[in-house]
Amino acid sequence: MEEKILSRKEFLRLAGLGVATLAVSSLPKKVYAYKEKKKNRKFRFVMVIDLRRCVGCHSCSIACKVENNVPLELNRDDRKIFWNQVFFKEEGAYPYVKEKIFNRPCFHCDNHPCVNVCPTGATYHDEEKGLVLQRYERCIGCRYCALACPYGVRYFNWKKPDYGGRKEALNPDVETRYKGIIEKCTFCIHRLERVIEKAEKEGRNIKDEELHYLPACVQTCMSKARHFGDLNDPESTVSKLVRSGRAYRLLEDLGTEPNVYYLKEA
Amino acid sequence: MVSLEEKLLNPIKTFGKGGRLLMVVLLFFIALGFSAWIRQLISGLCVTGMNKPVLWGVYITNFVFFVGISHAGTFISAILRILHAEWRRPLTRAAEAVTVFSLPFAAVSIVADLGRPGRILNVIRYARIQSPILWDVTCIGIYLLSSVIFFYLALLPDIAICRDKLTDVSKFKRWLYRKLSFGWQAMPEKQKKLEKGMAVFLTVLVVTVHTVVAWIFGMTVQPGWRTTIIGPYFLVGAIFSGVATVIIISAILRKLYHLEDILKPIHFNNLGKLLLVLSLFWFYFTFTEYLSAFYWNDPMEMSVVKEKFFGDYARLFWFMVISCFVIPLFILVNPKTRTITGTVIVSMFVNVGMWLERFLVIIPTLSQPRLPYSRGIYHPTWVEWSITLACFSGLILLYLIFAKLFPVISIWEMKEGKEKAIQEVTERYKSYHPEV
Repeated sequence: MEEKILSRKEFLRLAGLGVATLAVSSLPKKVYAYKEKKKNRKFRFVMVIDLRRCVGCHSCSIACKVENNVPLELNRDDRKIFWNQVFFKEEGAYPYVKEKIFNRPCFHCDNHPCVNVCPTGATYHDEEKGLVLQRYERCIGCRYCALACPYGVRYFNWKKPDYGGRKEALNPDVETRYKGIIEKCTFCIHRLERVIEKAEKEGRNIKDEELHYLPACVQTCMSKARHFGDLNDPESTVSKLVRSGRAYRLLEDLGTEPNVYYLKEA
Repeated sequence: MVSLEEKLLNPIKTFGKGGRLLMVVLLFFIALGFSAWIRQLISGLCVTGMNKPVLWGVYITNFVFFVGISHAGTFISAILRILHAEWRRPLTRAAEAVTVFSLPFAAVSIVADLGRPGRILNVIRYARIQSPILWDVTCIGIYLLSSVIFFYLALLPDIAICRDKLTDVSKFKRWLYRKLSFGWQAMPEKQKKLEKGMAVFLTVLVVTVHTVVAWIFGMTVQPGWRTTIIGPYFLVGAIFSGVATVIIISAILRKLYHLEDILKPIHFNNLGKLLLVLSLFWFYFTFTEYLSAFYWNDPMEMSVVKEKFFGDYARLFWFMVISCFVIPLFILVNPKTRTITGTVIVSMFVNVGMWLERFLVIIPTLSQPRLPYSRGIYHPTWVEWSITLACFSGLILLYLIFAKLFPVISIWEMKEGKEKAIQEVTERYKSYHPEV
């Protein structure tokens, strides 16, 4: 019988093939593990919006615009930017007409369709805080993330932002944006970071009270319709509200795992 | 009787009044588009009709359309070459040129769509393998590069013919032929082998490229795009519009260059049959797509379907169905109407219809987002139309320049066909029917 000896070329080819097969076969498991790991992060910041309490006063929208240097542009009809927006929708027929009020910030999903599609990593998921954030200097303005977002919370700067007479009254903590890039709600990360830093310096965990009125929209809400906190703390206000039977998340069937909970009106 | 070579080389020698006039008109349109782009750069994308929620418009439609017609070249040239279809010979060059010249405008359309085109290299610098845009950039990059190589390889023997035969043309042309032919002499077997390898490679690329383009939409969770057949559906549409483009261009070349005895009715007849098959395929995919959406009755899917069937885009939608299916079916099924005029008319309808199809895949989905709070109808502005016009003018201009520098029909392939085709076909037949 003829003895078969592998030549070096054949050996390398086989070895390469074996390694490639192993690498490919372990890939789905790794992706899955990564997705699971993301849920076990240090903080799980969530917002709870009580639709029963919301009166539709728009003050969350305006507070957000002021805090985050979003142009007001109240007299222009289109291409406005709202990191946080309030909507109205009429339902039912006369005489049982009802105006439904709905408001939304960014949902900061755990399974973020926007981050997945971004070609440059301009949109990224902050692993520690679990927020979906934007690196403005990387954004090429392809608007793919805004298309991929099923909630439509991403806004494009169609033109140069017009601050009107606000130039001197801008918030120094928040970067101003320019035309041609995408921007969106950050859960007021500049305020959040201050709280986290302070707690770290003092060597303690963040207290629930510190988070209660943290984002500008939550702070300004006159009817206490908005709550903010850490879901990892089972005793926090948000945890209690999320546990209540009224809590639900928007378009949950898409599997996006949003971090904003709504409380049903009834 | 002029020889084949002279017939194909003669038009290169002169540049008539009509050609010059066309060139000026095209350059004017390009300048118009360029100025529109400058305007857009200065004021931002607010000069376009795009807005929330319709964030993509005519530019992306053009991008998909240009990638689509680019498939013509590769499909006709590479696939028919592999299949040894004899009638391909006068069509290959014209088809490959469409590929090579339309792909750059796909890239131009993308650049026009970006909010910050200056940062386009970020796609490579901060490349993220998860993003369908990177898949696209990779695929189209490889596709452009390899189709240019393929095109050049097939052109090389003809450049050598130009260099040897055209001694009385301008200095620039002589210099160009000398440089580009790289001292090419005969037709070695190596080139044939390489060409065949490239043809196989390109055929694979044809499938991947347009599937990946479709996945830009298919990878999102938006209604109307979230369908598994979107890849093949786009691919069939691409080849469909590509073949139609080749028919139109061949007819124009035939008329202008008096190639009646090279591009014969049989070529248009065969292309017409191909177009008919593709039209049926296209309708099959369209039908499955909408039937399943209709039957599921998913409210999100239905709002998009309704928008297309009865809503703001209904007129465009039904025009698309008529021009991509009804007209091709009636004209191409009948051999009496499957003439040169018939196929050209059908091809024009098909190209308009396929452009609309791309438009209708993108816009109605965007105008009907899941959350019912922002709605809008999209009207492109003059800026978008100017840039679109400039892209199409650019494509025609490149083709015109090409047709004035090189023979539009592959001389060596025609010669090869004349010398070897009968023998080759006989041998092939004998190989599986040795008893004859």
